[in-house]
Amino acid sequence: MKHRTFFWFFLPSGLAMLLFIAFPLVSVLTQSVFTPHEAVLMTVENCGPFGCKEETTIDQEATAELRDSNPLGKFVGAQIYLDRGHLAAAEVAEAWRSTDSVSAFFAELSDLPFYSALSFTLVFVFTVTPLTIVAGLMIALAVNSLHRHLKGLVIFFSLLPMIVTPMVGSLILFWMIDSRGVIGTALQYISGDPTLSLKASTPLTWITLIVYGIWHAAPFAFVVFYAGLQTLPQDQLESAQIDGATRWQRVKYVIVPHLMPLVTFVALIQLMDNFRVFEPIIGFSAEAHAQSFSWIIFNDMHGETQLLSSASTTSVLTILGVAILLTPVLIRTWQDFKGKK
Amino acid sequence: MMFKRIALAGSFLAFAASAGAACEIGARVNIVGNEFPAIHTVANGAKACTGAEVKANLTAEHQKINLAGMIGNPAEYTSAIVANSSIVALMNEDVIRPLDDLVAKHGQNLQKNQLITINGEVMAVAFMANAQHLVFRADVLNEIGVEVPTSYEELLAAAQMIREKGIMENPVGGAYKAGWNLAQEFNNMYLGHGGEFFKAGTAEVSINNEAGVATLEMMKALSEYMNPDFLTHDSNATNAEFRAGNVALMNMWGSRAATLADAEGVVQGVKDHMGVAGPMTVGGGSDAASTLWWDGWTVAKNISDEEAEATFIALANGIHPDMLNEETSLEAVWLIEGYEPTEAAVGVFAAAQMGTEPYPMLPFMGLLHSALGAELSDFMQGKESAAEALAGAEAAYTAAAKEKGFLN
Repeated sequence: MKHRTFFWFFLPSGLAMLLFIAFPLVSVLTQSVFTPHEAVLMTVENCGPFGCKEETTIDQEATAELRDSNPLGKFVGAQIYLDRGHLAAAEVAEAWRSTDSVSAFFAELSDLPFYSALSFTLVFVFTVTPLTIVAGLMIALAVNSLHRHLKGLVIFFSLLPMIVTPMVGSLILFWMIDSRGVIGTALQYISGDPTLSLKASTPLTWITLIVYGIWHAAPFAFVVFYAGLQTLPQDQLESAQIDGATRWQRVKYVIVPHLMPLVTFVALIQLMDNFRVFEPIIGFSAEAHAQSFSWIIFNDMHGETQLLSSASTTSVLTILGVAILLTPVLIRTWQDFKGKK
Repeated sequence: MMFKRIALAGSFLAFAASAGAACEIGARVNIVGNEFPAIHTVANGAKACTGAEVKANLTAEHQKINLAGMIGNPAEYTSAIVANSSIVALMNEDVIRPLDDLVAKHGQNLQKNQLITINGEVMAVAFMANAQHLVFRADVLNEIGVEVPTSYEELLAAAQMIREKGIMENPVGGAYKAGWNLAQEFNNMYLGHGGEFFKAGTAEVSINNEAGVATLEMMKALSEYMNPDFLTHDSNATNAEFRAGNVALMNMWGSRAATLADAEGVVQGVKDHMGVAGPMTVGGGSDAASTLWWDGWTVAKNISDEEAEATFIALANGIHPDMLNEETSLEAVWLIEGYEPTEAAVGVFAAAQMGTEPYPMLPFMGLLHSALGAELSDFMQGKESAAEALAGAEAAYTAAAKEKGFLN
């Protein structure tokens, strides 16, 4: 393609990317290095139905002047990045000095919101992503070998977990796993422990969230792999069969290598999605046991006093996290691309 | 349930027709607020006004949209219905206006104690009071032969007897869901222990002390008698446990007490024997382990004076003394002239009489509330000590307060 043609061809999507991807990034970055001005406080008398009381309030006139002179706020550089709610530089250094074993150090770290979220997020990403791919592949292979009259119906039902809104899906499961719910009671009966509760224990909550993550994302992997299976080279499969390859060997040596580019694609999307895990934590009311970056952002914006700079900082850190996570996959894709040239 | 809704809607319409005749406004009104029956009643009263459009967006998510909808100029919402905790966020950003001139002009039906004055200026008009207090099962207490508890220590003793007698496995209920609810229970218990949240006159937090540790230990002791899932139970889930007959003693919002036994599937024992009493004390102190709340309405700053006047007239109509009838009287502890307390209001009235502390209207209280909500759940699960949890909450608050410019 000529450069000129390419330019005009690319311009609309380039503009859209600038508008919807680059500008928001710049805006988030800006907000993360500015904080609100110092609040000028004063003590006043407040009265209401329950009597009068001396209380502190913000001197609006004094604060308005500061705001007008510098509407972006106060430039603080990396201060928010390093504070306790985020990378917690001082706290980490202190934990390193005061602990004498690696495990004690990590126990201290897990008290800090960012690292606590990081540990759950990474466990979630690295269990859900591979298991989703395996589950999706298995469903796709199973559905593909069904009689064609059955296929449509089975495909519809296997897609249901993805069609159900995440919030609703997790809420339904949340009620079912309640210690008085269907699954919760069944588990108590099977384990013979009438006090067993999935919601009261951290490891069990994590397992629940991971199972939910796989349940929700497997249909996506299934659809992609199922489409891939329709392009299988039949002659290769037949020759493998003639050579006496078992079904397992055919899957391992013919089907999976054929689907490899799709595996990379699904892995890419899933790594990104799972790193931003959010809905199940809300749906399962799991805040006490598991936090993620998206949940921290939500929590900052959810309180009675919103923490915009803090939420922006966590957003930037999330973007960086996704970038780091995707680098190996992207490098691989790039090498494949160069190899083909 | 459906029939009840229709009946309720019908009664609103009837009331709207009776009260709306005298209300005439000349500019648009748009209200944002929380979603529960009492607020619906007020908003419907405002909608009865004629002459211009009155819109209301009532949702449990109101706190996430009210500031965004009022900070622009002109503001989308001309009024936000708030409580003593949530008015602070609007005050901090300076988006609500003083109402003194409007009170003088159109406030003839308002009582003096309805006016929320900050630094001498009326910033909101309160219409109802609320507090958390004891809700109990009289039949269960009879069975074990104890009086209605007036302190948390008595409540613990009663809970132990109920469990030992095999009446209920987890007789205590509490909205201990990690986050806002858990932090609120801490606030209640901390005030009951005579604690102060901040060093006087500053934004410096001071909760890592004897009162704080005693507070957490009492909360832990109570949680031993709760459903093991307590960290996922908000007020709704706690009410459901009570309605199902699994809970005999709980600290619950007054605004929910009236309708507690009034839902589908409520166990007969709950319907017949539910009782309401004042808030409890703790640790031998005389302070109630609870907080007092008001709900009221504000008028936006970034709107025209005509819109502000219309908003005031419409909302004053929403809380006109004529609105009180058998049905609406049950919905809340109204601060409106002519309100006669119902049986469900006993708890909130007792709270007011005990001199319960109002929830602090401090610009930085919301930050401490969020910090407590996030940091205390590790202690409740036994993962860290009380002092560690309190130190964590203090550190989380300090980081947030620095960001917001309350601390250097």
